[in-house]
Amino acid sequence: MATIVGAATALSASKSFDSRKLRLPSRRSLPVSERKGSFLVVRSDGSEVHKVHRAQKLIANAVATKADSSAASTASKPGHELLLFEALREGLEEEMDRDPTVCVMGEDVGHYGGSYKVTKGLATKYGDLRVLDTPIAENSFTGMGIGAAMTGLRPIVEGMNMGFLLLAFNQISNNCGMLHYTSGGQFKIPIVIRGPGGVGRQLGAEHSQRLESYFQSIPGIQMVACSTPYNAKGLMKAAIRSENPVILFEHVLLYNLKERIPDEEYVCSLEEAEMVRPGEHVTILTYSRMRYHVMQAAKTLVNKGYDPEVIDIRSLKPFDLHTIGNSVKKTHRVLIVEECMRTGGIGASLTAAITENFNDYLDAPIICLSSQDVPTPYAGTLEEWTVVQPAQIVTAVEQLCQ
Amino acid sequence: MALCMKKSPKLINHLKYRMCLFDMITPSSWNSTSSHHQEFPVTAPIAHNLGNPDADLSVKATLFSACRFKSTKPEKQLNSLNDADDNKILDFPGGKVRFSPKMTFISESPEERTQCYRVLDDNGQLILGSNLVQVGEELAVKMYNDMITLQTMDTLFYEAQRQGRISFYLTTIGEEAINIATAAALTADDHVFPQYREPGVLLWRGFTLQEFANQCFVNKADHGKGRQMPIHYGSNKHNYFTVSSTIATQLPHAVGAAYALKMDRKDACAVTYFGDGGSSEGDFHAALNFAAVLEAPVIFICRNNGWAISTPTSDQFRSDGVVVRGSAYGVRSIRVDGNDALAIYGAVHAARKMAITEHRPILIEALTYRVGHHSTSDDSTKYRPVDEIEWWKLARDPVSRFRKWIESNDWWSSEAESEFRSSVRQQLLHAIQVAEKAEKPPVADIFTDVYDVPPSNLHEQEKLLREAIRRHPRDYPSDVPA
Repeated sequence: MATIVGAATALSASKSFDSRKLRLPSRRSLPVSERKGSFLVVRSDGSEVHKVHRAQKLIANAVATKADSSAASTASKPGHELLLFEALREGLEEEMDRDPTVCVMGEDVGHYGGSYKVTKGLATKYGDLRVLDTPIAENSFTGMGIGAAMTGLRPIVEGMNMGFLLLAFNQISNNCGMLHYTSGGQFKIPIVIRGPGGVGRQLGAEHSQRLESYFQSIPGIQMVACSTPYNAKGLMKAAIRSENPVILFEHVLLYNLKERIPDEEYVCSLEEAEMVRPGEHVTILTYSRMRYHVMQAAKTLVNKGYDPEVIDIRSLKPFDLHTIGNSVKKTHRVLIVEECMRTGGIGASLTAAITENFNDYLDAPIICLSSQDVPTPYAGTLEEWTVVQPAQIVTAVEQLCQ
Repeated sequence: MALCMKKSPKLINHLKYRMCLFDMITPSSWNSTSSHHQEFPVTAPIAHNLGNPDADLSVKATLFSACRFKSTKPEKQLNSLNDADDNKILDFPGGKVRFSPKMTFISESPEERTQCYRVLDDNGQLILGSNLVQVGEELAVKMYNDMITLQTMDTLFYEAQRQGRISFYLTTIGEEAINIATAAALTADDHVFPQYREPGVLLWRGFTLQEFANQCFVNKADHGKGRQMPIHYGSNKHNYFTVSSTIATQLPHAVGAAYALKMDRKDACAVTYFGDGGSSEGDFHAALNFAAVLEAPVIFICRNNGWAISTPTSDQFRSDGVVVRGSAYGVRSIRVDGNDALAIYGAVHAARKMAITEHRPILIEALTYRVGHHSTSDDSTKYRPVDEIEWWKLARDPVSRFRKWIESNDWWSSEAESEFRSSVRQQLLHAIQVAEKAEKPPVADIFTDVYDVPPSNLHEQEKLLREAIRRHPRDYPSDVPA
């Protein structure tokens, strides 16, 4: 397991933004050992310029989530530019500086710095004990984190890959989510469980999971998904400071997303959605990586004369029904675009919540685009069509606005 | 720690030599007077020392440690081999390994089962040559009192369940010594991660009979706010972490707590309890491994009581019990007679010291027997012989064994016994009455403590529930305050 993740990391580290989209279909079926070479070719191959251009557009979209002016940032502008994994790391480091009870544990988080380098350099700065490498047993290091949290620490538990956290499902559900309640509030569990998930690196079924649907029913757990360097840092800091157990979802394809973020300290709310693009015709609710597919589609839609409102819901539990509701009341049309499983996923819960609360404001039935109810296939072409594509989003909006 | 030997000075010296501890024990630590009763003077580890670990920490390592320690460090011994042996040695991560031309499989079972440490015989008499940690009169009597209290509480709460006054109960009968003696050897600062058959630890730490009753009869005063089944106690004040029904999930918690204690450099350890059945859970194996690797001060106490509900140990594992698994994970371990309160006290006392001063986990397997049913949900005579239960109940009862010992020291009498038993019974009956009459937890407690502050969805759900109660008052119990 670790080998595959490690290989993927090595690939991504040398690129400013890495997306499956960059690569030709024929390369997608290459075995892991050959993929590294093909990646280097992609970087230097002139024929790939068009693809690289698409990636740059994605980066621009990420930046555009803040004020549009910051998109064309230069070195003289305030703030500093960093990649999403560096933003997570910066948030982590600031909180470790601020509070001596904050500690990190997981597989290879120490001197190796984590599979996606989110804890890089922290072991050197804070020592082996505070940045703790553990043996491989997800259920046990999560349990350990819970025990440490109940006795005064604020652990951040890294799942090397979100999929592996299913091995820790018992501790997360039976213990993490329940003990504060069953103890009558006597024992708090201020723990952060985080790690990379999602589809898009050709990592096969176990490495490419959409676990929001599994975790959303656990009482006592809060869930957020980051999508930009700005909110990654702000949400990380908020999650660490929260008295509740928080699962922070990161996406394998977004770690190398670049953005200029403020130098000043800031913290995001764990329960607030983010307005990505205000609009009038339709509300598109999305989160994590699908935000970029939505923004790609939004460009096409704008060219076709539509004015979509894009909201990154960010808080997967509880939903920010205030922001969502205001948008629904304005546009009267809702499209949900998610990478989660179609059955029992976040989109299904969101559909129910909107129907229950804002049905009177809807002019058309809600459309929910989710990934297919299948284990994620390895082959690149198949993997790509497991998740929602921009063209589908365009079609759905056209249908909604008929 | 003072050590006592019921032996002549000459024999003591001989034994000291054999235990490799000649230098470690000062002559003043040894009490070898001829008078039987003066051999156990009241000193250090008595009840009022709870919360004062310093009183214990000045003492040297115990008898059990020195010899056993070497065997857990084979690679260090091998590393001293000289260079000429290079072609017979594999320098392998973790230490050098000696090659052998012989194809030898390690036996799946030892020729002899691991011995079981005990100091009191079945008649409550000290066994010649035992090494034990001193237990004085005050401590011994408190231990005995708490064992009786635990027994009485079990009897009355069990009856209450049979009368339909509470939904569920689970007794500790037959395992009173493990409960009380382990608790007595710890300090109040030690974090306890219990399973569900260790309420005696909480009793020892000062949880009142009223608090026990409030939990089992689920009223407003229950610290858990009526959210857990009876017996699933938890008390932040007593460093006793709320019981989860899931087996062995508390073991990794204990490792995490020990990690926190180590980080804070506290003179305390984490202690966790589980049964023979719990040793089959993955969490047991991983927690032991984690604790060893992280050098975490945790004491793992296995109550091997022979039965996991209806599953006998022969269907649970094929190893020599649980104690042998310690060395596989690099964890020092000992097997103790779980029905000998003195032996348990000594083993835990020593384990605690090693865990804290040497930053290491210790595994203790206490051999005992679950005399009661698993819980009020089963009838154990359906799956195990009545004779077996009776034998353990009568011939090997840990409480009467300990009583014989304190009586032989003239610290206890029949009069004291009947007086104490009747007093505890009265107190418990009163506590039950009070608990039963008390108000039930309010509806609001359904929604609080899921998060530190209830989020919007829970507010919404509470509003809807209150609305439903208001509309259908007769469908909701009248004794639950809305």
